[in-house]
Amino acid sequence: MNLTLRIWRQKGSEDKGRMVRYEVADVSPDMSFLEMLDVLNERLTLEGEEPVAFDHDCREGICGMCGMVINGVAHGPEVTTACQLHMRSFSDGDTIDIEPWRAKAFPVVKDLVVDRGAFDRIIQAGGYISAPTGSAPDAHSIPVAKADADRAFDAATCIGCGACVAACPNASAMLFTAAKVTHLGLLPQGQPERASRVVRMVDQMDAEDFGGCTNIGECAAVCPKGIPLETISRLNHDLLGSLSGADAK
Amino acid sequence: MIPTRYRSSVFLKAAMAVTGAVMVLFLIMHMVGNLKAFEGQESFDAYSHWLRVVGYPAVPEGGLLWAIRIALTVSVVVHIASATVLALRARRARPQRYQTRKRVRQSYASRTMRWGGVIIAVFVLYHILHLTVNVIAPGGASDSPYERLVNGFQQPLVAVFYIVSLLLVGLHLQHGLWSVFATLGASSGRREPLLRGGATALSVLLIAGFMLVPVSVMIGWVS
Repeated sequence: MNLTLRIWRQKGSEDKGRMVRYEVADVSPDMSFLEMLDVLNERLTLEGEEPVAFDHDCREGICGMCGMVINGVAHGPEVTTACQLHMRSFSDGDTIDIEPWRAKAFPVVKDLVVDRGAFDRIIQAGGYISAPTGSAPDAHSIPVAKADADRAFDAATCIGCGACVAACPNASAMLFTAAKVTHLGLLPQGQPERASRVVRMVDQMDAEDFGGCTNIGECAAVCPKGIPLETISRLNHDLLGSLSGADAK
Repeated sequence: MIPTRYRSSVFLKAAMAVTGAVMVLFLIMHMVGNLKAFEGQESFDAYSHWLRVVGYPAVPEGGLLWAIRIALTVSVVVHIASATVLALRARRARPQRYQTRKRVRQSYASRTMRWGGVIIAVFVLYHILHLTVNVIAPGGASDSPYERLVNGFQQPLVAVFYIVSLLLVGLHLQHGLWSVFATLGASSGRREPLLRGGATALSVLLIAGFMLVPVSVMIGWVS
């Protein structure tokens, strides 16, 4: 099939950027979205033009590197990552708009590549447990209820792709932050730092200039890992609980 | 300087949730009180008077009324101030808009919380000047609250303004009420549909109750 792409081209963080039109012919419906971009980039390279820069790594939907807003939706029309989106989701003759994640906290590096270091700093602020080193403890030394283990695991599947921020009308990082708070907060190992963790992570989130949550739900609707909106309510619960606790700093 | 923890976006949201809940509780009392209009002028005016003397002599005359007014004023100020801070932060958080934007999940209600809220604030101001402090008297002034109400709503423009504003309040509540629970950490996957459904049901009931009065005056049931 033949497609018209309108892609955000931006030479660097200081460049203003603009949408540029490209025609791509003979696209197979079995190609992934990124493979379709590869085809375009090979042509651009042969023509001596600068290829479109975009992030990608595993191309298996598990690393969280790829991500772009496709036709106004983070990761495009299917609830998955851009690499797992296939061209069969589009029709011959379609015009597809491709933009980077847009948030102050995610500055554009080039074209569709943004710097998601803000996520790393939120994790560094408290998204971990402090554990003594040494040999691994026995798996059954700390019992975890099955239901809690399952919910913690669901939250832990967050790949940090940033679609939640891209989709949020407030450019809020609450779903990302809440996923980590929920993951660790549901497990016994996460309890000692539970209160200070949520305070530090939310403070860092605010300091990175993400917006606040207004419970709209766009984030959970586009999350390729299906992190539920309820994790945000869990974060709120932990944060408000920590305000009265002495542990909070 | 305000300590960091009270400047966090989550704390500001919680302040909005609590103050919003206070205002909803007031709205429920207000709506039920309004229905006295269907019992006639005497009953409505007596209720209006009772609000000013309730609790006397245990509390000074008008004491309870003023306590409610102060609580509401504080709630309104905190609600709007927090909303303003959060809205400005959200605007800063995305300096460059998308060229193409598609809505996936958001509702009309959730999308219009901010500007809808501003319009509601203007309406509330008009409403207080009209029926509370009696500065604006469309349709003719009177010492009787009942007559002021009937005179006002007999003006089609005034009644329509009230009805449209009430619809906006309903939309604000539909998203706001469920948001209260989510923000205060009481929502979960299982409870979310219940909370959303309950929020919609309460908003519809409340707004229907409020609308009964201007609609009834307009069509001549109450005169």
